[in-house]
Amino acid sequence: MTPDVVADVLAQLAASTEPEGLMPARQQMALSLGWHIVIACFGVAFPAMIFVMHLRGIRRDDPVALGLAQRWAKASAVLFAIGAVSGTVLSFEMGVLWPGLMGKYGDVLGLPFAFEGLAFFLEAIFLGIYLYGWGRMPPKRHVLMVLPMAAMGIFGAYCVLAVNAWMNVPTGFRLVDGEVTDVQPWQVLFNQHALLQFAHMWLAAYMVTGFAVAGVYAVGMLRGRRDEHHRIGFLVPFVFASVAAVCQPFMGHVLGLGLDERQPSKLAAFELALEEESPAPLRLGGVLVDGEVRGAIDIPAIGSLIAMNSFDDPVPGLDAIPEEDRPPVNIAHWAFQTMVGIGTLLMVAVLWFWYQRRRGRDLLEKRWFLRGAAVAGPLAAVAMEAGWIATEVGRQPWIVYGVMRTEDAAGSYSGLWWLLGATVVVYTAMTWGAVVVLRSMARRWRAGAVDLPSPYAPEVVAGTSGDER
Amino acid sequence: MSLEVAVAAALFVGVIAYAVLGGADFGSGFFDLTAGSSRRGAELRTLVDHSIGPVWEANHVWLIYVLVIWWTAFPESFAAAMTTLVLPLLLALLGIVLRGASFAFRKFSETLEQARLFGVVFAASSIITPFFFGTIAGAIASGRVPLDGSGDRWSSWLNPTSLFGGVIAVGTCAFLAGTFLVADARRGGHDRLAEELRTRALVVGAVTGAVVFAALWPIHEDASTLSDGLAGRAAPLVVASALAGAATLGLLWTRRYDVARLTAVAAVAAVVSGWGVGQYPWLLVDEVTIHDAAGATATLQGLLVAVGLAAVVVVPPLVYLLRLTQSEEWSRH
Ligand code: HDD
Ligand code: HEM
Ligand code: HEM
Repeated sequence: MTPDVVADVLAQLAASTEPEGLMPARQQMALSLGWHIVIACFGVAFPAMIFVMHLRGIRRDDPVALGLAQRWAKASAVLFAIGAVSGTVLSFEMGVLWPGLMGKYGDVLGLPFAFEGLAFFLEAIFLGIYLYGWGRMPPKRHVLMVLPMAAMGIFGAYCVLAVNAWMNVPTGFRLVDGEVTDVQPWQVLFNQHALLQFAHMWLAAYMVTGFAVAGVYAVGMLRGRRDEHHRIGFLVPFVFASVAAVCQPFMGHVLGLGLDERQPSKLAAFELALEEESPAPLRLGGVLVDGEVRGAIDIPAIGSLIAMNSFDDPVPGLDAIPEEDRPPVNIAHWAFQTMVGIGTLLMVAVLWFWYQRRRGRDLLEKRWFLRGAAVAGPLAAVAMEAGWIATEVGRQPWIVYGVMRTEDAAGSYSGLWWLLGATVVVYTAMTWGAVVVLRSMARRWRAGAVDLPSPYAPEVVAGTSGDER
Repeated sequence: MSLEVAVAAALFVGVIAYAVLGGADFGSGFFDLTAGSSRRGAELRTLVDHSIGPVWEANHVWLIYVLVIWWTAFPESFAAAMTTLVLPLLLALLGIVLRGASFAFRKFSETLEQARLFGVVFAASSIITPFFFGTIAGAIASGRVPLDGSGDRWSSWLNPTSLFGGVIAVGTCAFLAGTFLVADARRGGHDRLAEELRTRALVVGAVTGAVVFAALWPIHEDASTLSDGLAGRAAPLVVASALAGAATLGLLWTRRYDVARLTAVAAVAAVVSGWGVGQYPWLLVDEVTIHDAAGATATLQGLLVAVGLAAVVVVPPLVYLLRLTQSEEWSRH
């Protein structure tokens, strides 16, 4: 991932007394989840956008909108396929990489996963119906097939986030002499932190997907293709992304409240706070080297406001945390600030766009704006990855905060580095395949193709135009 | 039925559904791979694409269902199996990833070269995946997965029961796919293709049937608990499976493909159930029973709620999807 992650890994590796399986398992988890989550964003957010576009096509009898909806559906067929297989990888990894966690807490954290499975069932079923239903079902019924997909993407995401929230704020069981008893799985599914984490992730998914899709059409406009197709292809996802981008910082702020009690070590790492200060400054940039913060810009008092919603409440410091319970501070701090920085930037940018539009100025005429819009998608994805790295690394050394250390969850394998190497190769190939195929689809559409017939024979065999339309 | 057994039964329903529905998808890879040159095989490949395109993701979720229920209901045994059988599991997983991705990529390929590349990856991985799942089933059924996860990483799945398990899995998948594809081909009006597929499905069916019976002896030697179960409690299922398999061959022979699909499903479902009933009450044979492996009671109850809900909300749309894909309207395009 980022260079300092790599450096940190190497440093830890050199000094480690950890089980052999731990470090490669972490990297494996980070890679596979970091990859899955980007595609999962499309699974969560794309159906809603397709629905709006498709509905517009039917309602207004608008062939441009219908065409867009159909193309998006085809693109999502590719994305959902790799989303499903990369999700399957995660299900295996929960057992393969973290037998200690699953063996001991499988029955505590499992129920949300079971409901997630239910959600995926429905999502996959309606995906099949919707994709292959073009021209084979009454249009009004057909468009409704997107709705269960959209709803289940959301519900599924809630369920996984409930597990993650449980890892942050464990509940629903008691430990008596090291034995897990009194398991209350429903309390895990509906744990108090899940809804907030979910809401933040949900908005993130809309930002990533919305900006990414809009960005495709922004690039088209930059190349001079300024037709209705590009205009609504840009605007519909951009509206979704805009709403999400404006809400996201507030949501993030609410999510962060109470972190001083939930996970003081994480908050201290986020804020790069060595000792408790009141009021705490907002510390921009900087790294912790040999117990000292170097190169940071301190803005007085704002730290307390942001983290604690107050002008003078103290932000906890790392000095209150035993050495062995501290997370890798620099990674967590930088990841957190990257997320917040990008989030603020995107919020300001979309507010500016809509403000100018109200005043009658269309920024879509401006090349600099289109360039910005083209990178907004990747930026949102970086923010999301950074957010995950911040939460996950910030929770270290715990896999389940305060309850189980990550090293106790890992297996005692040798050879996991090989697995990581193989995973890098396979995921690179899969990324390459997806990019090649999606780009070639776009090229053929631009050239006027509507059907993308299956190219299985040197020429089309008579009577078997078996492609769905 | 106790709570644990009810959950185990729900889990096993998932195994059967994955074997039947997912199996038919995997098996079509066998026909795809052996369809011949691009020119000759185009019709069949288009048919494969068309038959499994709308359903493969839904069928794939059965695997997720099985994994999730397993780790939630029987957490320790899940961790144990994942640790001992890490190699075949990862190989099966590799197959799943390659197959799903390359199937989707092939469908939207631009050139014949791309379609060929993705096609070979899709078809080959469709064959290796069931093989490794079969070896995993064999490892569990022959009592090679200890509860502390300390089983041998190689011999646990490289042994007679596992290897036969793997071959049988590949064969049954191909057989199922064959009967489904024949029916699809005829419904789509591809009569020449249907004839060709019929012959190949018959051969695959006969060979697979022979392997299943040949396997009974090594299983008897190698996996006595399972073999006792197969000869005892599960005997009716074994017989039923043999009859249904033979009936399928007969129906294929006489070109009654629609009914053949049903008997083929019955044959495979019976074989798989035979394994489950044969090893009952063990979860990991000779190591831990369903009862002893179970996790917290509240969780098992929660799972049954989830399963009940799934039966209500998932089954109707699933049936709807499967019916759509088997309808005239959807076959004719
Ligand atoms: C597009 C993505 C995106 C954007 C723009 C933001 N976030 Fe975020 N953030 C995430 C995507 C994300 C995430 C990846 O989705 C995380 C990781 C875990 C989670 O639930 O959400 C996250 C976690 C996360 C956490 C950690 C919660 C915990 O570990 O308990 C905090 C405190 C914030 N965010 C706060 C913010 C603030 C104040 C933002 C202001 C701009 C912000 N986020 C923008
Ligand atoms: C925040 C985290 C996550 C989100 C938002 C998320 C969301 C999604 C979505 C929307 C899909 C549907 C596939 C698609 O449309 O692309 C999906 C697939 C999947 N995810 Fe995730 N996921 C997350 C993390 C995880 C984790 C941690 C696991 C398992 C341990 C997991 C397991 C799966 C599985 C098994 C599938 C495939 C289901 C199928 O066969 O269709 N996901 N995920
Ligand atoms: C809801 C979904 C998620 C679940 C259930 C989950 C679960 C886990 C687990 C079990 C680990 C290993 C134990 C540990 O290191 O604490 C882990 C580590 C990690 N995960 Fe997540 N994760 C989720 C989402 C994500 C996402 C979307 C990312 C994206 C980048 C991510 C990034 C990481 C990283 C970087 C680590 C390694 C942390 C370290 O060990 O330093 N996680 N996660």
